Amino acid sequence: MRLLMRLPLALSAALALAAPAVAGVDEALDDHILPGFAGFAEAAGAMAEAARSDCTAPALAEAYHSAFDAWLAVGDLRIGPSETGALEIAFWPDARGFTQKTIAGLIRSENPVVDDPEAFSELSVAGRGLFALEMLLFDPAYKDYGTESYGCRLAQALTGDLARQAAALNDAWRSDFAPVMRTAGAPENARFLSPGEVVQAIYTQVLTSLDITAQSRLGRPMGTFERPRPARAEARRSGRSLRNVVLATDAAVSLAEALAGRDLPETRAALARVHAAAGTIEDPAFGDLNDPGARFRLEVLQQKVLAVRSAIEQELGDPLGLSAGFNSQDGD
Amino acid sequence: MTTRRGFLASVLAASAAPRLGWAAAGNPAYLAAAQLGDGAHVLLGLTASGAEAFRVALPARGHAGAAHPTRPEAVVFARRPGYFALVIDAATGRVRQQLTPPAGHQFNGHGVYVDGGATLLTVEQAAEGSAGFVSLWDAASGYSRIGGFETHGIGPHDMRLMPDGHTLVVANGGIETDAGDRTKLNVRTMKPNLAYLSRDGELLGKIELDQELRRNSIRHLAVRADGLVGFAMQWEGEPGMGWPLLGLHRRGEAPVLAQAPLADELAMNGYAGSIAFSADGREVAITSPYGGRLHRFSAGGAFVAAEARQDICGLAPHPDGFIASDGFGGLITIGPGGARPLIRHDLSWDNHIVTL
Repeated sequence: MRLLMRLPLALSAALALAAPAVAGVDEALDDHILPGFAGFAEAAGAMAEAARSDCTAPALAEAYHSAFDAWLAVGDLRIGPSETGALEIAFWPDARGFTQKTIAGLIRSENPVVDDPEAFSELSVAGRGLFALEMLLFDPAYKDYGTESYGCRLAQALTGDLARQAAALNDAWRSDFAPVMRTAGAPENARFLSPGEVVQAIYTQVLTSLDITAQSRLGRPMGTFERPRPARAEARRSGRSLRNVVLATDAAVSLAEALAGRDLPETRAALARVHAAAGTIEDPAFGDLNDPGARFRLEVLQQKVLAVRSAIEQELGDPLGLSAGFNSQDGD
Repeated sequence: MTTRRGFLASVLAASAAPRLGWAAAGNPAYLAAAQLGDGAHVLLGLTASGAEAFRVALPARGHAGAAHPTRPEAVVFARRPGYFALVIDAATGRVRQQLTPPAGHQFNGHGVYVDGGATLLTVEQAAEGSAGFVSLWDAASGYSRIGGFETHGIGPHDMRLMPDGHTLVVANGGIETDAGDRTKLNVRTMKPNLAYLSRDGELLGKIELDQELRRNSIRHLAVRADGLVGFAMQWEGEPGMGWPLLGLHRRGEAPVLAQAPLADELAMNGYAGSIAFSADGREVAITSPYGGRLHRFSAGGAFVAAEARQDICGLAPHPDGFIASDGFGGLITIGPGGARPLIRHDLSWDNHIVTL
């Protein structure tokens, strides 16, 4: 209290207002975000180790899926080290086809950059990360490389880089950004001028993640009724487009509950309806979107994801007086 | 429209003002529109340390404004489609007058004083078709409209006076909008340009970007003392393309596009909301409220660094480098060493900070 009295009136008022919610920041960090990055760093490390013992595509598939699953717990965060760091891990959507161009170019020229981890990490983000690895492991044009081939060295370079990036991201969150979030309003903290801003920021991340799932993971392949775009489905080569939708939605709900510091029963019910709708999807890579029935089922799934968003707004946002940003709602 | 009362008020203000100047309004360094917690709209004068110098209630949400160079008088433009602009007396806190665009025109959110404050220029577009216009308003006669000319483009937004004092630079954003709302009608065929006009409306030069950047709407401008123009853009094409959002141009030369590393560029979400040169002119920065970040570049166009701040948008030069505002009431400064907190007001800052 003595500390509060020395702060300017407006700031202490903001602190007092935000006080009940501040506990949620620690829980969001300690129960969801930091374990998520630690889990991904571990999975990415295991994948790199697997690639060192057997670099072939069939041998790496399981480790790839485990790493991708782990990533989805925190993969939609776009704040702090993840603002740009997330793209080092998962470069998608790739509107200009950078990943294909970069991987094809590396393989065509047998670029020796794969033998130099430092130089490899300077490559375009589009040529690294889970989606570059997916192209190598699952695209028919590349996946049949042998143990003595350039593809093998590329697989080891990609998994090694992923392990290093994952460790760096984990470390940056734990050592740098989590303390910034926990010290909102401190004199040198220009990122968060009040604790309430951190709650707002995490809440925005939850909603943005659900928007990414509804608009990009589902909306991009759906395209228009006249022109579905199944080739735009996320991680379609490895057949995990649907799995990504489900895991990303699970993660958003988990983060929302951690921030709330309590169960969100309406949100949980809405999440169960996402799982039910996901159970009706026949092609996990959304390759059947030209079939109107399949397209309809995906639209239903999209609506259920958006219903989770609405439930979180009502159960978490409204009671805390949170909404999306002022300027980011409508530009000019 | 000039009323007799408005005319008299301005005559009185004009005769009294030179003595008082902006000191009568608390010597603000900046103007910024904001929304209060109860939804009311205000215009604030701010000192360089972010303290409130004056506050005027606005009847509706403001976008940007223009400050009179000598009198404590400002014009605040409504958001698009703009049916009015307000002449504010910053010394008394009163709205002195309302300006209405010519029939069939809409204000587009920006304007500048020229001729040492004798004339106000407002950016407008035709309600139908969005062709760009500038109106001239005579401050001494209570802002009677005394003329106008074309901007040589569709959907103009920002306009600045060049350091020579008689050349204008206009961001013709290229977007045709519906007459009744802000629905975009021509994104497939849009063709923005940066136009230089004489004070009397003669087209002196016009630049357009390459075909692949045609959907990058040129919207906001900053001008350095030596005439270097910075232009900030908003991408209207497919999301996730990562095109540059900042351009630099010197008349007679080719524009330079300032590109951040791909991951940083993508984090801006294809949108730059404000632009400013640093006070010493060595850097230029753009903000993205959608990305919650600010990008610093050298004045030559090389990427320097990114700073994160949620809902950041307003941006202006500051003795420390830059000052930026956001929707959470925050004001921060950005210097060579990075961002520092300045102050937090209990309101939401709107898109822009106007430098006095």
